[in-house]
Amino acid sequence: MSDANPEKPEHANAAALEIEMQHRLSTLNPQQIDLIDDSALHAGHAGAQNGGRHYRLRIVSTEFAGLSTLNRHRRIYVALGDLMHSKIHALSINALTPEEIDSRP
Amino acid sequence: MDVQALIKEQVTSNPVVLYMKGSPRAPMCGFSQTAVQILQACNLPLFFSVNVLEDPAIRDGIKVFSNWPTIPQLYIRGEFVGGCDIMREMYHSGELQKLLEGIAAPD
Repeated sequence: MSDANPEKPEHANAAALEIEMQHRLSTLNPQQIDLIDDSALHAGHAGAQNGGRHYRLRIVSTEFAGLSTLNRHRRIYVALGDLMHSKIHALSINALTPEEIDSRP
Repeated sequence: MDVQALIKEQVTSNPVVLYMKGSPRAPMCGFSQTAVQILQACNLPLFFSVNVLEDPAIRDGIKVFSNWPTIPQLYIRGEFVGGCDIMREMYHSGELQKLLEGIAAPD
């Protein structure tokens, strides 16, 4: 992935980041990924001054079976790697197994 | 004292520690605000908190301490519990209230 290009419009950089996130998360063999960009909700608050983006992620994978929520989040952070320390400012995670979805109303 | 030793001392000498952006009275981030509200909903109106925005060394150091890239981070009896999403989940399941049982707010 090329670095964010200041010449490009903001939305193009955001789109490139989302594609890279989806690509990295694919290593978890997800059945489903929903990635929602919440950045607009957080624009301008003190913690967001470095310009990183805010995302909400819902991800479904059989690989989460038997893992605590803490360890599911760790798997996701490992998959995203350095993006967590740079371009992603905040990530809200809902990590489920297919069985957990089926058992929910 | 190096920052890892300082964090270790903070989380072991206080039963509950929240590393957050801002203070419980004036959180500077929605996730930190939610974390404070969850602890308060667990009948813990006061707790030891560290404003990472005031200390860049802790802000970076806490991410290394538990190998966790985001803030807020909650520690109970020296153990890393998780961030905002995990706190919310554990609050709804009643697990968090159980972990906090017997812990009184500091004077």
